[in-house]
Amino acid sequence: MSTHKITVTVNGQLRQAEVPARLLLVHFIRETLGLTGTHIGCDTTSCGACTVLLNGRAVKSCTVLAVQANGSEITTVEGLAQNGKLHPIQEGFHMEHGLQCGFCTPGMMLSAIALLKQNPYPTEDDIRWGLSGNLCRCTGYVNIVRAVQYAAEKLRIEN
Amino acid sequence: MIPPEFDYVAPTTLQEAIAVLEQKPDAKILAGGHSLIPLLKFRLASVNTLVDINRIDGLSYIREEGGWLKIGAMTREADLEHDPLIGQKYPLLADAARTIADPLVRNMATVGGNLAHADPANDHPAVMLAYGAVIVAAGPNGLREIPITQFFTDLFTTALAPNEILSEIRIPAHKAGNGGCYQKLERKVGDYATAAVAVQIHIGANGVCDTAGIGLTNVGPTPIKAAAAEQTLVGSKLDDAAIKRAAQLAADAAQPQSDYRGTEEYKRALVKTLTVRALRKALERARN
Ligand SMILES: Cc1cc2nc3c(=O)[nH]c(=O)nc-3n(C[C@H](O)[C@H](O)[C@H](O)COP(=O)(O)OP(=O)(O)OC[C@H]3O[C@@H](n4cnc5c(N)ncnc54)[C@H](O)[C@@H]3O)c2cc1C
Ligand code: FES
Ligand code: FES
Repeated sequence: MSTHKITVTVNGQLRQAEVPARLLLVHFIRETLGLTGTHIGCDTTSCGACTVLLNGRAVKSCTVLAVQANGSEITTVEGLAQNGKLHPIQEGFHMEHGLQCGFCTPGMMLSAIALLKQNPYPTEDDIRWGLSGNLCRCTGYVNIVRAVQYAAEKLRIEN
Repeated sequence: MIPPEFDYVAPTTLQEAIAVLEQKPDAKILAGGHSLIPLLKFRLASVNTLVDINRIDGLSYIREEGGWLKIGAMTREADLEHDPLIGQKYPLLADAARTIADPLVRNMATVGGNLAHADPANDHPAVMLAYGAVIVAAGPNGLREIPITQFFTDLFTTALAPNEILSEIRIPAHKAGNGGCYQKLERKVGDYATAAVAVQIHIGANGVCDTAGIGLTNVGPTPIKAAAAEQTLVGSKLDDAAIKRAAQLAADAAQPQSDYRGTEEYKRALVKTLTVRALRKALERARN
């Protein structure tokens, strides 16, 4: 099996590693880089717990090879808070009780950020549609929608 | 789950990629990876070399040219979904893109991969049958055009040679009087179709239908072109009787199997209902 030297920018930091061709991006993030905020739920491209931003697009990192990400920018949940200040989406999940066990939350937040970048004025339907690749077993989604609405409002004020 | 071992190469030109395919007959193309990587993880597929074509420039585009809508093979589903030209003039394609998988998968999955994979459960094959699309394949001797009716040869099998890469999909460019629609029943977002029907029609100035394409998803070993249903529409005004006749012929053309998504009988009935809905919507769109 071939191995490859890859360079990626993860949460603004340049990271280099030698990876086997079959290493999945989610394993690279969790095990090679030790960033365990990106979760593995289904491992079968269904649940979205492993969602990260790859060059700004939300993708399921259990279904991308680490070597495919060579040269890319990756954002994980660890990259959201800046200087100890929560990102508006994190604040939204906190304020609106958008989580219970929290397992789906990192993926939900990254999908929501990608959605809000594309559509700063989402309707409730837009939000449900935008998050339809992320499953939550606890909340029933109502408060997740509110959390995203909270973040949308806050981001509109900030920008 | 960890995929089996393989070598990986990421050529930057089509020629280079084709050369690798020539040297290594067991190599496989990696496009969006959202069919192939799951198959590798489940160990349902194995491969000695993955040829990643994501680093080849110029394979992702959507443009009208010379009477065709040309779509680069590496165009992502998300790009189709958000493209204004597709949204305005190619509603059948826009409908289908929105129902494929979920937004996260659509950020990776490619149109070329969807067709090359030739899964009868995939949505683009029936859509392209309805449009009467042409597949462009790049090989060692240059480009070759394959009519869509000759492309799907069997379950997960296409007319592409092992050393060919699907490079472009061509759809006849929109003209006034065209209308299309994709009707899919899925159990939930991210599921494949229980059944789905793709319809593309053209209505002449006299209100008579002069072209009709109907493709069926996930009701047989390959995507199905409902030829008898198409023929019954041509020359009609798409009145209720013609629509119902076509829907029955489409249901007759389906070859569904009973599985966890429904019984054979149910799926056949579904094809009939979805054909009626798709034709009514396509007609409405053709008139606007
Ligand atoms: C959770 C989930 C739900 C899904 N739901 C749907 C759905 O509802 N409808 C639907 O249609 N699809 C669905 N898909 C499939 C998805 O759209 C796939 O991505 C698509 O079938 C394959 O495209 P890809 O670019 O990912 O191809 P890959 O996985 O990279 O490749 C698939 C196959 O095609 C070959 N190939 C790819 N590109 C080329 C090329 N240019 N030339 C020659 N050979 C090529 C590869 O070698 C491989 O054998 C779903 C996938 C997932 C994970
Ligand atoms: S772990 Fe990747 S989608 Fe569930
Ligand atoms: S909060 Fe538990 S899965 Fe979403």
